[in-house]
Amino acid sequence: MYQYDQYDQAMVDARVEEFRDQARRRLEGKLTEDQFKPLRLMNGLYLQLHAYMLRVAIPYGTLNARQMEMLADIADKYDRGYGHFTTRQNIQYNWIKLEDCADALADLATVEMHAIQTSGNCIRNISSDHFAGAAVDEVVDPRPYAELMRQWSSFHPEFTYLPRKFKIAVIASEKDRAAMRLHDIGVRIVKRDGEVGAQFYAGGGMGRTPMIAPLIRDFVPIDQLITYAEACLRVYNRYGRRDNKYKARIKILVHELGAAEYIRQVEEEFAHLLSVGVEPPRDELARIAAHFADPPFVSSEVETQSLSTVLGANGGQGSAFGQWVRRNTHAHKAPGYVSAVISLKPVGGIPGDATSEQMRLVARLARDYSFDELRVMHTQNLLLPHVRIADLPALWAALAEAGLASPNMDTIEDIIACPGLDYCSLANARSIPLAQRISERFAETGRTEVVGELKLKISGCINACGHHHAGHIGILGVDKKGVENYQLSLGGSEAEDVSLAKITGPGFDEDGVIDAVEKVTDVYLASRTEGERFLDTYRRIGMEPFKEALYG
Amino acid sequence: MKILTGNDLRSGAVVWWNGSGWSLFVDDAVDVGADAEEIMAREVATRRVNVPYVIDASIDAAGHVRPAHIKDRVRALGPTVRRDLAVPTADKTGWDWVI
Repeated sequence: MYQYDQYDQAMVDARVEEFRDQARRRLEGKLTEDQFKPLRLMNGLYLQLHAYMLRVAIPYGTLNARQMEMLADIADKYDRGYGHFTTRQNIQYNWIKLEDCADALADLATVEMHAIQTSGNCIRNISSDHFAGAAVDEVVDPRPYAELMRQWSSFHPEFTYLPRKFKIAVIASEKDRAAMRLHDIGVRIVKRDGEVGAQFYAGGGMGRTPMIAPLIRDFVPIDQLITYAEACLRVYNRYGRRDNKYKARIKILVHELGAAEYIRQVEEEFAHLLSVGVEPPRDELARIAAHFADPPFVSSEVETQSLSTVLGANGGQGSAFGQWVRRNTHAHKAPGYVSAVISLKPVGGIPGDATSEQMRLVARLARDYSFDELRVMHTQNLLLPHVRIADLPALWAALAEAGLASPNMDTIEDIIACPGLDYCSLANARSIPLAQRISERFAETGRTEVVGELKLKISGCINACGHHHAGHIGILGVDKKGVENYQLSLGGSEAEDVSLAKITGPGFDEDGVIDAVEKVTDVYLASRTEGERFLDTYRRIGMEPFKEALYG
Repeated sequence: MKILTGNDLRSGAVVWWNGSGWSLFVDDAVDVGADAEEIMAREVATRRVNVPYVIDASIDAAGHVRPAHIKDRVRALGPTVRRDLAVPTADKTGWDWVI
């Protein structure tokens, strides 16, 4: 994985000391909150319901064991022994004190981490496919390109005060595991006639006005990647609305201009930038790419085993181990390896939360079984990308002992939920208790496996951090005269078959929406044909049968 | 009644105006009535508390202060899903009125 050079480290260290001075001045009363707020937000420090919250960037979700151990140490030293992994592959701490924050940032800097640009109207952390570098179906590893974009977008003086925040995802496969088209810019690295290039999508997003990003260029030569991205940003920075924060995202600009006109302006700017020459030297991409070389996979037959052999020797498909292997492992490009999902969704648990002990265990397992590498998934789970199939029984046993082996990836128990009204000052309703109760309901009745793949996503407000627009089933919490109320929606997807969910009808109270989810799955089970997922059935039969069951 | 709340500058903790200073416990909150604006202006100037604001509240039969809005009721005790991290309270029925 990428390692800081002296410039990266010097910039991060300097930023810590700058923030230390800013925080000191605030604590001494020399800065007002109005003066200090933009400074703390630039360093990822929010003020939430109960305390300050620090959001730490995890570039494209990639971590090593030492970094994960530092995240655990920070949880113990400056917080309350846990952290929350987010839908943009970052981690948040909910109880950071202002007087400790600079020390926490200094500790992070020792392991090449920071919280810069995790808030504010700037380009945020670049996200990517959590299987990057391991997936069978990727054209190339997208992370060198994501890293190049990270370096370009970090402290970019022109894009520090954009009309609104700006999120970029970079993938390199037909399958979309990063909600790429629901980002401000989505980049898919592709190969055409042997040449690597980038497909650009722009103007996607969730929030109060969800939109799917249209394709704006089918192929950008890879040595013009940054130039084209800069052109996209320049047009947005110049014409994005600054008079109304609810209309300030690029999706509104692309929608109001129309994709064709936005493309025309981007192409014009692109031509100008090509003449100026803003692309980093090709050597820089090569330097970065060298950090992402494959680990030394073992390929001898003695040391690799097939999944069927390992399953056969460990209880078979029906065993707890077998269920976990079937649900939580993913095909790997190297023979004899898989990627293994570490579920942060125990039944009745808080989606995305991990204790410091769990983080340290995961770090150790990454060292022992995954070449010192792990990932944060946008689904709020963790991942060991490179696990030898022969090591799966030992890995599973260690995870099971720590409560981290729930075999539920992509099931109704694998719920994305924002922090909601339990933590977030923007929220109108709680999200986490719904996730807890729904997972309990389906686990108790044994229906999780029966229902199969079903992506349920819950947001506690219209900002949609819980991706409810993209859920096969989405739940949005609203404030109805001071009481929590929940809107149910169906048919969303953030994958390559991207779509936006549609609201079923009037909302429900907390008990009612949990019953409603069960009714919706009843309709699915009664209607599905062989091999159909919930989403497939919904798309085939439409909304009416579900509405009839809910309101008829 | 009207009560005054905010977040402590150093820790970020939720605090309530108790008539002479800031308390971690909602039950200590006092009715600021018509003095709200004056107290807020003074407290903003001292810069001990972030963005103090006035909210509606009531007092129940047992004398416990109840913020009117759900958001402030959650703030009063802590995350409903992590009661182990809650603000200590003598109010045994505390969690019954949050939601």
